[in-house]
Amino acid sequence: MQVTSSIREPLITGGKTVRDVSEDISRQVEGKPTQLWWIAMGISLTLLGFGFYCLCTLLWEGVGVWGLNKTVGWAWDITNFVWWVGIGHAGTLISAILLLFRQKWRMSINRAAEAMTIFAVICAATFPFAHMGRLWLGFYWVFPLPNTWGSLWANFNSPLLWDVFAISTYFSVSLVFWYMGLIPDFAVIRDRAVRQGHQLRANIYNFLSFGWDGAARTWSRYESVALILAGLSTPLVLSVHTIVSMDFATSVVPGWHATIFPPYFVAGAIFSGFAMVLTLLIITRKVFKLEDYITIYHIELMNIVIIITGSIVGIAYITEFFIAWYGQVPAEQYAFFNRMQGPYWWAYWSMMTCNVISPQLFWFKKIRTNIVATFVLSIIVNIGMWFERFVIIVTSIHRDYVPSSWSMFHPTIYDMGEYIFTFGLFFSAFLLFAKFFPVINMAEVKSIIKSSSEVKQKH
Amino acid sequence: MSTTTKKTYWKGLPQLKNDPSFVKHADKEFVDMGMQEDPGHSRRDFLKMMGFSVAAASLAACEAPIRKAIPYVVKPMDADAGIPNYYASTYVNGGDYCSVVVKVRDGRPIKVDGNSLSSVTKGGTSAQVEASVLSLYDSYRLRGPKLDNNATEWETIDKEVIAKLAGIAEKGGQLRIVSNTILSPSTKATIEKFKSKYPTTTHIQYDPISYYGLLKANEESFGTAMIPSYDFSKAKVIVSIGADFLGTWLSPIEFTKGYASTREISEDKREMSRHYQFESNLSLTGANADYRSTMKPSQEGAVLAQIYNIVAGRSAADSGVAHVEKAAKELLQNKGNSLVVSGSNDKEVQVLVNEINNLLGNYGSTILTSDPINFRQGNDEAMASFVADAKAGKIAGVIFFNCNPVYDYPAGADLAAALKNIELTVSTSYTPDETASSVKYMAPDHHYLESWNDFEPKANRFSLSQPAITPIFKTRQAQESFLIWAGETDVEYYSVVSSNWNNWFYGKQTASTNFQSFWDKCLYEGVYEIPSEKKELSFTSHADEAFSKATSGAKSSGYELVIYESYGIGNGNQANNPLLQELPDPITKATWDHYATISQKDAKSLGIDSDAEGNTKLLSITVAGKSIKLPALIQPGQAVGTFGIALGYGRTRVGVVAEGIGQNLYGWVGNSNGSLNYNVTAGVSVAVTSDDFQLAQTQIHQTYMGRTSVIQESVLSEFKKDAAAGREFPKISNWDEKVDASSLSLWKGHEYKNHYWGMAIDLNTCTGCAACVVACNVENNVALVGKQEVINRREMHWLRIDRYYSSDANPEDYKAAEIASENPEVVFQPMMCQHCNNAPCETVCPVAATTHSTEGLNQMTYNRCIGTRYCANNCPYKVRRFNWFKYHDNQQFVQSNPAMNTDLGRMVLNPEVTVRSRGVMEKCSFCVQRIQTGKLGAKKERRPLKDGEVVTACQAACSTGAIVFGDMNNPESNISKLLKIESDPNRPYGIDKKIGNPRAYRVLEEIGVKPNIFYLTKIRNKDEHKEHA
Repeated sequence: MQVTSSIREPLITGGKTVRDVSEDISRQVEGKPTQLWWIAMGISLTLLGFGFYCLCTLLWEGVGVWGLNKTVGWAWDITNFVWWVGIGHAGTLISAILLLFRQKWRMSINRAAEAMTIFAVICAATFPFAHMGRLWLGFYWVFPLPNTWGSLWANFNSPLLWDVFAISTYFSVSLVFWYMGLIPDFAVIRDRAVRQGHQLRANIYNFLSFGWDGAARTWSRYESVALILAGLSTPLVLSVHTIVSMDFATSVVPGWHATIFPPYFVAGAIFSGFAMVLTLLIITRKVFKLEDYITIYHIELMNIVIIITGSIVGIAYITEFFIAWYGQVPAEQYAFFNRMQGPYWWAYWSMMTCNVISPQLFWFKKIRTNIVATFVLSIIVNIGMWFERFVIIVTSIHRDYVPSSWSMFHPTIYDMGEYIFTFGLFFSAFLLFAKFFPVINMAEVKSIIKSSSEVKQKH
Repeated sequence: MSTTTKKTYWKGLPQLKNDPSFVKHADKEFVDMGMQEDPGHSRRDFLKMMGFSVAAASLAACEAPIRKAIPYVVKPMDADAGIPNYYASTYVNGGDYCSVVVKVRDGRPIKVDGNSLSSVTKGGTSAQVEASVLSLYDSYRLRGPKLDNNATEWETIDKEVIAKLAGIAEKGGQLRIVSNTILSPSTKATIEKFKSKYPTTTHIQYDPISYYGLLKANEESFGTAMIPSYDFSKAKVIVSIGADFLGTWLSPIEFTKGYASTREISEDKREMSRHYQFESNLSLTGANADYRSTMKPSQEGAVLAQIYNIVAGRSAADSGVAHVEKAAKELLQNKGNSLVVSGSNDKEVQVLVNEINNLLGNYGSTILTSDPINFRQGNDEAMASFVADAKAGKIAGVIFFNCNPVYDYPAGADLAAALKNIELTVSTSYTPDETASSVKYMAPDHHYLESWNDFEPKANRFSLSQPAITPIFKTRQAQESFLIWAGETDVEYYSVVSSNWNNWFYGKQTASTNFQSFWDKCLYEGVYEIPSEKKELSFTSHADEAFSKATSGAKSSGYELVIYESYGIGNGNQANNPLLQELPDPITKATWDHYATISQKDAKSLGIDSDAEGNTKLLSITVAGKSIKLPALIQPGQAVGTFGIALGYGRTRVGVVAEGIGQNLYGWVGNSNGSLNYNVTAGVSVAVTSDDFQLAQTQIHQTYMGRTSVIQESVLSEFKKDAAAGREFPKISNWDEKVDASSLSLWKGHEYKNHYWGMAIDLNTCTGCAACVVACNVENNVALVGKQEVINRREMHWLRIDRYYSSDANPEDYKAAEIASENPEVVFQPMMCQHCNNAPCETVCPVAATTHSTEGLNQMTYNRCIGTRYCANNCPYKVRRFNWFKYHDNQQFVQSNPAMNTDLGRMVLNPEVTVRSRGVMEKCSFCVQRIQTGKLGAKKERRPLKDGEVVTACQAACSTGAIVFGDMNNPESNISKLLKIESDPNRPYGIDKKIGNPRAYRVLEEIGVKPNIFYLTKIRNKDEHKEHA
């Protein structure tokens, strides 16, 4: 029986023991995939297949298959990129910053959140590649590699180059961090496989666990590395979206050129990241029967993060408007008028409704502890955050300085197809992860279960 | 047999001296260099060889494809690979005339420029002239003669044609030669020879766009059917009633030049002409007018009557058209320095115009009857009787000499039917056009760039055409065909022309002492002028008669239709030229389409609500029982109750470029007083259909939204008080004060130690004619992308002309400011890469593909570009163009872009400019290839580059000199003088030079990107300035 505090809700409910933890989490890995899993995987692969076709067409024909034009050089591509990168923020924030702040409630959700981060960053990275006119050169020319062209070097002034560094650093650190945490859990699965006599599984997970031996010294090193990586990741959480925001903030385009962008983007990223974590975990806890590990309390805490970041984002929107009025720059003033009342007014108002108004519902405890409401709102937040990026990118550049070049952007099937491709990629990867990797960090969760051997013996 | 004489050759001094070391190795062929006796092969050698072989094999595998370059066996004297030659020549098309210089690179004409030695066109060109070089490489051209539409040999054609001609002549059958205006004396002589052989021949001249009414009016006023020269440069008040003299009327290249000289202003010259325009369609000329009033075509008589009455000092009834009285009074105040022109082809109207000009004393000053023009001689009555004769079966043989009446004559369909019953039908057209495909014998002429010719555009002013390339196909000079058919022996047309010149002109000059040097000089200069006495013709007034006839004209009943000449494709002759199809109309900005312009008010009443993106409805327009469907284009400035539809579309035998575009409006051209009438004032009915249509416009936002940092304009009265009128001096806030926007910068600023290239564009002399756009396309191999891609807003033009309408709304009211006035003021702004010193594109490129040169150019390195498009997003001027697809060697674009997708078309490409590949960004380079050529030329001669040696393509094409390009470091350059540049003595090569010209401004000065292009404010000669968006 778990020992619980009388003043504090337990983080893990259901009176789980250490053994129960191993049992509950490893069950998914060891069992056959469920029918539901197959259906989900089938849908994901279909999306992936269609998206792949669109992607191949894009690469074969040229970027012209998208709906971009002389005025709107970026639209869905960079919208999706920023959106996915934003989503990718929650994982590291949860595992790194909350680790440093000793927030133990993160333990049941950090694994899935980190996995989500990694897949989201992969999805995000497809867009900067796909949107390049000459991908076959661009994928390596953006790196400062030594070359035979004399002094020719990447342009260190370009925010796009900073992006390359920021994203690749973030991705590698996140990946290492995530994998590091997986090692003891792989070892658990290996050990169970040995006991169950599954030689192949034992071999595979042994390999994945790098021969983890569970010795005290190993644990000590493990925890040191975790702490170091957490320390490394923490600035990255803030830096990645800061740098992504500089793609816009350092430009001259009215509506992009704003010093508020870095904090505003980071808040937005955490906002959308938590929303996506919620969306995924609400499904996962249901499907994998992990309600005792990911409790209403977890959900409530995440909802509180959403309400805070959502409000920050809301204040940022209002600040932008204030500055546009206060700054007295005609082009800037028009840009913000155009957001509200121009041809893309619907995108702006979708953004406002989804991002600023709807999260305010979480002030009500009934709503923030209601799973269905949370699920719906988490999706709404992500729709809103997609629109935020669309509004920033498209409505700013489609009508900028010189009215003769003002134009409209209409997405084509290939714009959508590329987005669908990343959905297929993301969900396929997440389903594979959920099936073959332990979705909850067993080792850490076990550390917060206060169990007594006496009670257990009685049981 | 003595052995003593036998020579001994020794290998070297050691042998001679019998050196021991030599003797030792004497038996060995190669000197041993001290290698091992038995070298063997070490493992190391084996690995080396192995490595080499693998490397060599893989290198050989990726060898570049072999392209054969075959050198000349004997190099022609004036052909140097890579060095262009220039030949003076002449462009003539259906009455349009332009003296040109053809640039030939490696035997291929690749560019046409104006010939500044010509006193007629004075170095100007038009969009059509610039584009004509691509027509040379039109895949639709005839490859050789055809008989009944089957390829045949010239001998067969000649045999059959001569036999038939002889047969007809024997029977006394009627022969006709039908052509557009012939202004070539040698051609006329050739036709005379043909006529003397076949005396039943009559030569009939008609023009697709007729000026016969004007000819007849002058016959009545002066006794001679001629068209005088108009000198716009002397006019202080210009009143045009429906004459688009800057766009299409009579001689627009010449007029544009004269007109612009009256619009040029500066601190020292604060006077300019005042221009009134009364018209139905918003024409290019109307867009440049100071006061433009809309009128229906049926009001033309009333407007003229009012002007006449005021000018004649009689009491005048109000015509109901704005500004007529004001215009007439100002005409009176400027007697002798005014000009009234009318676009009407009605003789009676033109007679009244003559009367007005006579009262104003304009003859001899702004109108020169002593210098008549020859390029509009079409006789509508002769043509009408020819068609009637053909229909009646009175004609036995007809030769269509480079004309296409089946398409471009109102009774073309009747003519085509009649041709079937004519014994001998020949066409010399160089394409199988509508007329050529209705005749039996196609005897294709050369393209003008392959021909010899001479012209007399105005009396005693001559010009020559010379071939710039050997004929590409088995075509034959049409005049040679005539001579052969006339049984002449001397048919070589070059010798015909030169012997004519020997007979006619050599004797009249004294400068050259032998004919060859005279001929060479004429050929070199392209023009030859005989100084002659100017004698004005005497005017005979028919005032009262003219007044009553002209004003009793058309009565309005409902909608009226104005048929006009398309600015881009003109009379339709060059419809298959994609450069012109993709050229945005200067006013509507529409490409690739035929449409009916309709006023905002009428659109509302008809219930047409076209959105900003060109989505509109098809109109069903019916005239005299015949109806056509065309999309409606809502046109601010269109007179209410009128429609405008262009000629030149609806070609049926035209080639893939223009196939299926639009309707042929020639059939609707009516007749009044014996000449063709382009206004339909009665019986027009219009209905909106439910069919959707999307127009392809390159500009979909029409107003400049009150953005005075983009367009700075004022009126002359303000300008007289302050030369900086209309200027905006943006300030930005420092921490404690407001300072000039350009004075704060993060950057230290460049220093250009050598040249510092810059450009100035005068918005006052720019008429928006767009010749520069086509010139830029041709010079820089700019891809043409076709209608769908224009709809996708992806046209590739490096240089565009932004056209803004004024709005009645308060600029603060953003929504209302988007809507143009019912009759707006128009401003044109050529816009291309501004070559910013603090270029926003340069900092954002991740791979440094766009960088700054040491001479102030913002340059684009195509092969480094990876196509992130960040530069385009960050360009405040939106001048960067992305290669969304592979526009070359791609069958998808063969229709719109033959210059990059057919073997024939590719010959037009400028080898000095890379054809850009898919996925890279491109933009105006300030014609960097021309800068390099200029610098190399100067370097070879070891001297500094002189101002004017480097001329950009747009500058060269600009008839009015609105574009000035040059070195801003050179205080003597035109641009330095125009902008009154003063260098900072502490930083003589720095970018922050003081610009002394109060009119000069940089677009978007407030964002501090510091462009190297300056615009000079637009000044209208209006009494008061109207604040608008």
